[in-house]
Amino acid sequence: MSSDERLADLSTEKKRFMFDRMVLIRQFEERLKRLVDTGLPVGAAHYYIGEEAVAAGVCAALEPGDWITSTHRGHGHCIAKGVDVRPMMAELFGKTNGTNRGKGGSMHITDVRVGMLGVNPIVGAGTPHAVGAGLSAKILKTGAVTASFFGDGATSIGAVHESMNLAAIWNLPVVFVCENNGYAQSTPAEYAIAGSIAARGAAYGMPGESVDGQDAIAVWAAADRAARRARAGQGPSLIECRTYRYHGHSTSDNPLRYRTTGEQDQALARDCIVRMRDHLVSNGLATTEELDRIEAAHRELIEEAVAFAEKGPLPEPGELTTDVYVTAQNGGAR
Amino acid sequence: MSSQNVRELTHTLAILEAIRLEMRSDPSVILLGEDVAGGAGRDDKPEPEGWFAARGRGLIAEFGPDRIIDTPIAEMGFVGAAVGAAMTGLRPIADLSFIDLIGVCYDQIINQAAKMHYMMGGQVDMPMVLRTTYGARPNVTTHGGGAAAQHSQTMYSVLAHIPGLKVVVPSTPYNAKGLLISAIRDNGPVVFLENRFFGMGAVEHVPEEAYTVEIGKAKIVRRGRHVTIAGIGRMTRVALDAAERLAAENIDAEVVDVLTLAPLDEDTIVESVSRTGRLVVVDEDTPTCSMARDIAARVADKAFDYLQAPIKTVTAPEAPVPFSAALERFYAPNADAIIAAVRAQEGE
Repeated sequence: MSSDERLADLSTEKKRFMFDRMVLIRQFEERLKRLVDTGLPVGAAHYYIGEEAVAAGVCAALEPGDWITSTHRGHGHCIAKGVDVRPMMAELFGKTNGTNRGKGGSMHITDVRVGMLGVNPIVGAGTPHAVGAGLSAKILKTGAVTASFFGDGATSIGAVHESMNLAAIWNLPVVFVCENNGYAQSTPAEYAIAGSIAARGAAYGMPGESVDGQDAIAVWAAADRAARRARAGQGPSLIECRTYRYHGHSTSDNPLRYRTTGEQDQALARDCIVRMRDHLVSNGLATTEELDRIEAAHRELIEEAVAFAEKGPLPEPGELTTDVYVTAQNGGAR
Repeated sequence: MSSQNVRELTHTLAILEAIRLEMRSDPSVILLGEDVAGGAGRDDKPEPEGWFAARGRGLIAEFGPDRIIDTPIAEMGFVGAAVGAAMTGLRPIADLSFIDLIGVCYDQIINQAAKMHYMMGGQVDMPMVLRTTYGARPNVTTHGGGAAAQHSQTMYSVLAHIPGLKVVVPSTPYNAKGLLISAIRDNGPVVFLENRFFGMGAVEHVPEEAYTVEIGKAKIVRRGRHVTIAGIGRMTRVALDAAERLAAENIDAEVVDVLTLAPLDEDTIVESVSRTGRLVVVDEDTPTCSMARDIAARVADKAFDYLQAPIKTVTAPEAPVPFSAALERFYAPNADAIIAAVRAQEGE
């Protein structure tokens, strides 16, 4: 096999991976939305529907030993990095078989075993953790890369700026991924953000680029370049992914208060899953039947996740005060 | 006894020794903060200089810039980085030079470090230490002080208030070293507070080897029969001075060194009060929602039947720390204030 063929092969594998993850994220979120709409009390939750290409594209460039940090809109990041959807769903049900034993909920889903350092609903607060994970990688020489997802809203907060500066001066293996879905809750990015997001990379002496965040292949290509740079000891990068959330900010938000249907229709017409499906089929990289089978299998898996969550035990009242302090008996993330 | 056995260290050197010993024995321990290397590590500057240098002397030369990490002025960034590092295999000591600076990194302490273990269902540890300094100038000290309202505060109660954080306040070089070693070895987040006016002044015998002082344990440092005086940090020393003077008046005071604010060792304090029947709490923090009032409330709740008089608290006034030495010298409680409180209580 020539190196070109190997690359083509790798590329096909990554594209199928991205399709697979995007479909699983979409189905998880749509099933969750049906549950919420029919009365499941999931508390505060934020649907990722529409933005799947960002999580899938970035995680396609990462290895199992790599880390990610996340935002309040984190379900997609979790699934793309490999968190099992069954304990994820159980966490949303507040059950002890959830990822966080029912103590975190949607806004804190974590699974350090697959490198997922936590959904984090304090905007921008997860990004310094990526700097810390980068320090660990550098000092402990693990070779791990950390991708930090943050939204357009987080580009205005100091934590993100401090993190970019620290990662740059310490030359850390961190990929800063700005998921620009156009709105911080209802505040438009064009109102809130001075200059361009990608140009801020140059201000911190790192490459910054802006890609079509509804095109998983474009996201993957950019993330792959950034991850390779990081792994080669060449330091951090910034990628702005221009994307769109199909639903409101949270489960209780009606986006038509601040967005137009025309704008939404434009985004829907560029749906990341439809585009990847077309790409795979039209280039002979997968058949319609194969992709249908993936969708069917995932639908089954999501139903399994719902059943897993429904069957899971609720925490006993005594759990209210367990794990407040870390005791000597606890094992570490590593 | 050999001279080694009576080796004496200042507070600052005892703390440095704790860091050095733990960094030697555990390669995952790192120190990061503003000027911890004093800009050292560069070829032309092998040792730190300046005011901060005393806090990190000798560390950069021994452990190098990979583990003694100078940070830019970015408290939110580097305290947050310590959180992320603690989740991924390191044991960071984040050096926040003044507790007054928690305002710019409070989220990373109270929402991130403190709560990760709980809200993630116990799956991550948070082996990090937040080392910081507190306190206004005592009236007897001639050095330092004059740092005014934003560089002289105590306010550890706003950290002790947060479930998940352990908060320790040593009072001597010996327990500073032991508590810091315990803090570094703890798998959860520990805030380690140093009174700004211990510095190079106080000297005490400190063993050369690594040893621990248990977090969550108060210590009775003076036995007495008539009143329990509970002190925090430097206030424990002031309480001991007051106890000496009270002895001349035939008031035999017991002094409890609180040492850990969270989790508080209620048992030791309650046990002491059960014998003395009286409690005076001395805290240089401002009074509202303070440790002094928290301790008073707990003792009232747990030991009311033992009390022969109302509990007294001796605290800083309900005011910011002033600049002028003529005012600052009256800010933190002194022995006179403690003695006055004990006498007032005797009369009740």
